[in-house]
Amino acid sequence: MASSGAVAALRGIIVKEARHVLRDRQTLIILLLMPLVQVLLYGFAIRTDVRGIRTVIVDPTPDASTRALTASFSASVRHELLAVVPTTETLERAFAAGTYRQAIVLPTQVSRRLARREALPVHVITDGSDPNAGNAMKAYAEAIIRRWYAESGGSSARGAPGITVETRMRFNPTMASANLFVPGLIALVVTIVSAMMTAVAITREKEMGTMEMLLVSPLRPATIVLGKVVPYAVLGLVNIGIVLSAAIVVFHVPVRGNMALLLAMCLLYVITTLSIGIVISTAARTQRTAMLAALGGLLLPTIMLSGFIFPVDSLPAPLKAISSLVPARWFLVIVRGIMLKGSGISVLWQETLVLLALTVALLTVGIRRLSVRLD
Amino acid sequence: MTDSHTEPFALNANTEPLALNANTEPFAINANALTRRFGTFTAVDAITFNVTRGEVFGFLGANGAGKTTAMRMLIGLLTPSDGSATVAGIDVVHDPEGVRRRIGYMSQRFSLYDDLTVQENITLFGAIYGLDDRTIRERADVLLDRIGLRHARKDLVRRIPLGWRQQLAFSVALLHEPQVLFLDEPTGGVDPITRRRFWELIYSTAAAGTTVLVTTHYLDEAEYCDRLTIMVDGAIAVTGTPGEVKATYGARSLDDVFLKLTRPSAA
Repeated sequence: MASSGAVAALRGIIVKEARHVLRDRQTLIILLLMPLVQVLLYGFAIRTDVRGIRTVIVDPTPDASTRALTASFSASVRHELLAVVPTTETLERAFAAGTYRQAIVLPTQVSRRLARREALPVHVITDGSDPNAGNAMKAYAEAIIRRWYAESGGSSARGAPGITVETRMRFNPTMASANLFVPGLIALVVTIVSAMMTAVAITREKEMGTMEMLLVSPLRPATIVLGKVVPYAVLGLVNIGIVLSAAIVVFHVPVRGNMALLLAMCLLYVITTLSIGIVISTAARTQRTAMLAALGGLLLPTIMLSGFIFPVDSLPAPLKAISSLVPARWFLVIVRGIMLKGSGISVLWQETLVLLALTVALLTVGIRRLSVRLD
Repeated sequence: MTDSHTEPFALNANTEPLALNANTEPFAINANALTRRFGTFTAVDAITFNVTRGEVFGFLGANGAGKTTAMRMLIGLLTPSDGSATVAGIDVVHDPEGVRRRIGYMSQRFSLYDDLTVQENITLFGAIYGLDDRTIRERADVLLDRIGLRHARKDLVRRIPLGWRQQLAFSVALLHEPQVLFLDEPTGGVDPITRRRFWELIYSTAAAGTTVLVTTHYLDEAEYCDRLTIMVDGAIAVTGTPGEVKATYGARSLDDVFLKLTRPSAA
């Protein structure tokens, strides 16, 4: 086939596939609304107002200053001060039982330290089993302690040792913060749109018998697949746009790094997920199988093993090993790096290479398997 | 549709300047000990047959006799385990892409996109076969007129009746003017009148020089073929004109032949 003919054929397939997408209104609406709904759901869920935090203060040497702090916590509408105890001995069990959700551990001789302007290390221990609530609780406690410190005449002069509030999360050492869900959400949405829809679209043609018509034509398998995936790539990018815009406009999530780099990485990830969709479609005979494979084999790892919800570091070793094969894991590091830390490619090149390697491997497998035709 | 209808199709066998084709090869299809095994099961067992240009050749057999498998090897969807075959003069093993460019195919499953319009389907397949827009438009007019479907070109395929859809699929398979047309049980599930119309289409296509290979298990249809072959358990039991086949078995109808072949004890 002449190359201009190949281009025309490719365009023909793309147009046809775009028509499939645009004519299936119900699916299209779901695909476009889903990311928006998810951003809003996650966003507002994270803003949950925490009240009635069951609090204990550990005060080895009570004095006037510590009583002022205790009073502050008693007065706080957020906190429910249950006890003031002298030691941390019983804390472990009380936390496990859920008696307390937050402990404020003071050093000894607080008044004297204040007077002498010595260092004042305060520990705030928070139940992090509900990450979002835990984050909020931590922030409230810190605010109260800092206000109390300022009112107690603590030094605000530069160079003075001052107060150090050290916070520690129980049960969930690295906290998911309000900004962290957006990268995960991009991964999730792209996985659904690109991988699942691609897999379903290709297996649908197998099921309907139309794939045979394409395979007995002079088209090469790669052309068929390329033509079919382009509309889903566009849809995936549109969805990324929706998630990012909503995150930036509604929740003021920062993009500290280079926006162009961010979008380029999103495009790479879209291609990764499309490749996964192709691989699934070469194995699955029916749309139902393709859908289940995408859900079970892809969506779950993307949520569970990518660091979206559970930090990769806290996974057990076998799962941690598996997580290295989950593209979303690397994508998350990249997107969080660009958005939240303002990292550039010089920092993220390793993750990018891994993602690139995974993509190339998936594409190779997918196209090779398709070339085996319908044997 | 009458026989006096002006035949719209160019005799592509004469007009195509294909070197491989303009040679002395007299057969549109030439299968030589063509075999396909799936594991230990031999679906097609060393079949040998020829189809002359412009012939309507019937491929008969019970379900599972191997006729679909044989056809899939000829159109390049399956690789033969053994033997060889040429279609339109091209070797199916060495140049399946060359074969695909010269053939048309209509499967037993309805194979157009039902969420696209008639015109959109035609445009798509035209583009796939590298036809330019003008050619597509001209041929589409002719094809749609022939089956009386021009008024429906903007209708979604799923909204037109099944019988018409089958004829449309047939017409789309002819859009790129293939030299050989493969029809895999094209009349499955359509009413007798539509079947009749369908055979008229097949005849006029063959009259225009396109070779037609058709699988069917309707034995009355087999009577319409110029020549036919009956497959039993993956092998060819008999080949010839309907008259020859009946004479060989001393049978009055192809039905009888078929019964004798598939259930020797009953006959």
